[in-house]
Amino acid sequence: MNRFLLPLSIFVVVVGFLGIGLTLNPREIPSPLVGKAVPDFSQPQLYDREKVLSPADLKGKVWLLNFWASWCNGCKTEHPVLMELAKSGEVPIYGMDYKDQQDEAMAWLRRWGNPYPIVGVDEAGRVGINFGVYGVPETYVIDKQGVIRYKQIGPLDPDTVAKKIIPLVKQLESQ
Amino acid sequence: MKWVMLIILCVSGPAWAGEARPLADDPVAEARLKHLAVELRCLVCQNQTLADSNAPLAEDLRREVREMIAKNMSDQEIIEFLVSRYGDFVLYRPPLKATTTLLWVGPFVLLTIGATALVITLRRRAHTVVDVVVTDEEHRKVEQLLAEGGKRS
Repeated sequence: MNRFLLPLSIFVVVVGFLGIGLTLNPREIPSPLVGKAVPDFSQPQLYDREKVLSPADLKGKVWLLNFWASWCNGCKTEHPVLMELAKSGEVPIYGMDYKDQQDEAMAWLRRWGNPYPIVGVDEAGRVGINFGVYGVPETYVIDKQGVIRYKQIGPLDPDTVAKKIIPLVKQLESQ
Repeated sequence: MKWVMLIILCVSGPAWAGEARPLADDPVAEARLKHLAVELRCLVCQNQTLADSNAPLAEDLRREVREMIAKNMSDQEIIEFLVSRYGDFVLYRPPLKATTTLLWVGPFVLLTIGATALVITLRRRAHTVVDVVVTDEEHRKVEQLLAEGGKRS
């Protein structure tokens, strides 16, 4: 009996590690930008190319920045969640149209609805690089001082919005 | 100023949107890009380097690195630029840090544990095999028995 105890305990430890490994998502890379100032940008707006979207104009409020594209499948999954959140009026969601065609982006928003007060255009994906975006959709929660507080990799779902985004926004609003 | 940037962005956007550009005219810069790109991970297809990957993001990042090389930034600065955005994950060789100690030290710890276990087992085994001292009397007996066995067959 005793001589099986050691191999058995090693086996249990290995299974434990592998089990934890299964629950981790290798696609989720922790962002070094959380807790840092939002990277500066000044991008033309989708509906009015002469105007720009810039974080400097949003100082003093809590806002979300959502990277999306008309070609992105995950964005379609996420879209109803964003519409719902926008309708609730909890927090404004600013859009960043990532590596997209203007007409296609507009057609997409016409078809599925537009949750964004302003959509910026990042045609070359440079703003995306400054935000460490490696796949759309990605969503950032930015506080009144312009500090990134949270990064959502992949589509937002109702559960994440209810349990993470809204409590975080409320907490940041009260600061 | 915003106007100028706007125009630059509008003009440069479509120009960049093509396939991976052919090798730049400057072979030295291209060599540096290659040298850097094999050290950097593509974040979309995680087991490929930036040099191997055809993902659009990898193309964008190569473009970004190319531009930084053109700006005469050092390798260190370029890597810092990427790490500050994508984290250590972008590096193919993770740096030695508090969070990566297990990764770096782990194999040596396992090796030490294995070696210690081996030594202990061997020592224990050496103890269990007791040296048997055979007296002359016993020797004679053995020979006698063997001899008898031979007769019987």
